[in-house]
Amino acid sequence: MIILEMDKISQEFGGLRALDNVSLKINEQEIFGIIGPNGAGKTTLFNIITGIYVPIEGDLLFKGQRINGTAPYDIARMGIARTFQNIRLFDKLSVLDNVRIGCHGVTHSGFWASVLGLPISRKEEVFILDRAEKLLQLIGLYEKRYEYANNLAYGEQRRLEIARALALEPSLVLLDEPGAGMNPQEKEELMKLIRQIRDDLHLTIVLVEHDMNLVMNICERIAVLNYGRKIADGTPAKVKNDPQVIQSYLGAGA
Amino acid sequence: MFWEQLINGLTLGSSYALIALGYTMVYGIVQLINFAHGEIYMFGAFAGLFLVLSGVNVFIALLGAMVFCMLLGMLVERIAYRPLRGKSSRLSALISAIGVSIFLSTLMALYRGTNTTRYPEIIGNSTFSVGSIQISSLQVIILLVSALLMVGLQLLIQKTRIGKAMRACSQDLEASSLMGINVNRVISATFAIGSALAAAGGMMVGIYYNAVWPYMGTMAGLKAFAAAVLGGIGSVPGAMIGGLSLGVMEIMGVAYLSSSYKDAIAFAILILVLFIRPQGIMGQKISKKV
Repeated sequence: MIILEMDKISQEFGGLRALDNVSLKINEQEIFGIIGPNGAGKTTLFNIITGIYVPIEGDLLFKGQRINGTAPYDIARMGIARTFQNIRLFDKLSVLDNVRIGCHGVTHSGFWASVLGLPISRKEEVFILDRAEKLLQLIGLYEKRYEYANNLAYGEQRRLEIARALALEPSLVLLDEPGAGMNPQEKEELMKLIRQIRDDLHLTIVLVEHDMNLVMNICERIAVLNYGRKIADGTPAKVKNDPQVIQSYLGAGA
Repeated sequence: MFWEQLINGLTLGSSYALIALGYTMVYGIVQLINFAHGEIYMFGAFAGLFLVLSGVNVFIALLGAMVFCMLLGMLVERIAYRPLRGKSSRLSALISAIGVSIFLSTLMALYRGTNTTRYPEIIGNSTFSVGSIQISSLQVIILLVSALLMVGLQLLIQKTRIGKAMRACSQDLEASSLMGINVNRVISATFAIGSALAAAGGMMVGIYYNAVWPYMGTMAGLKAFAAAVLGGIGSVPGAMIGGLSLGVMEIMGVAYLSSSYKDAIAFAILILVLFIRPQGIMGQKISKKV
């Protein structure tokens, strides 16, 4: 089953072609990696999938439904969650509240219900709290739930972003350089966590990453971008030996 | 004398605070200085007046004015700001806000004339003494209603789902939208809440000074804006503190210096604060993220 399909997507910024005719198919419950040198268009791709940008050409299909032009919060509610390359937590909220905000997309009580404290909104608050605490236990930050998000260590902040993304009950999670700035041991734990959430929550995971070791280890399939073009895709073994990839990405001598 | 002036100052200051909250909340989320906010306050004062004149109980009239301005605030956001959001610079939204401000005050002037209208005698304004201090029952009511509204606002922001969404949006609008928060709805709710508070302020000031007129929003709006900056724009407790302290300082200035400097005092304080502490009392230093 294909969960996300990009069909000849192109994007331009002031004449610069950030993405050129990129087509990708991502299967349900796979861990898919997108790699490429800086400026290859990886983050642009994420911004298109999440609705921040509307592509100038091409179609974006999520579970068979065309989603280009859909508002970011609607796409989020359809089940696409993400983390950010440069961590974007709500610094001045507690760890717990950060995850609770993530639950926003799966709850419904409106403005008046919440102003008047109607039972529906209270019931939802209980549900959200329970859910947020379970997620924090899963990623191992339960003990720190009352701390401000910006007091967490760097690796913990990255994990918290993942928990916040999971709060949305997504079926597809986009991780933008989840291992950036982590030490080897933290990366080891991160890989375990990513596999665990895929297996336990039956999610599809797409990640952008620079760490080759991490990508080759964890991803089942990989796409390589270079200057906005897809130059290869397939299993890690296949991509690793693709001459074009070796030339443009790993360097001519590699 | 001093204590009486303090009560006077707090009464005036609580109305500044109610208006300043709307400025600060809107700024906190969309970084727009909503220059039409003073006119919402003026419409609140008039809406309350019309309701009172048609024989409605004064507290129900207050609620009515708040609901009316809620809708007006949302309408202004929908028509004048939302179409510009994300498509043009913040300056265009600011100019649009000034346009709305002129439009609304002129609209009311056209409808009611520019003369001052008096509020009918609705609350028996008795005075009583606490020790040697004279307090009017009207002042007590204004202080109580303002305190109630501000506590209610704090609860809303801290405890409810929409409040959490507002806090998230004020920190990172784009990230919030990626969490499934309908940012347009949150922005709309922020305008609604700010406008309702301004309406309450407008009606109470109208009753207190026994006067409403179409251009009353201009100076009140500027002063409340000064109060919001004084407290630290974007900070909700800051707006409350800024409003109250500005009111007190203004009244003290009038009492001990000269009443002709009434308006100058507010802005002199603003300039002074900006020199010494540019981020305001409760504001945080902005450090640019790389």
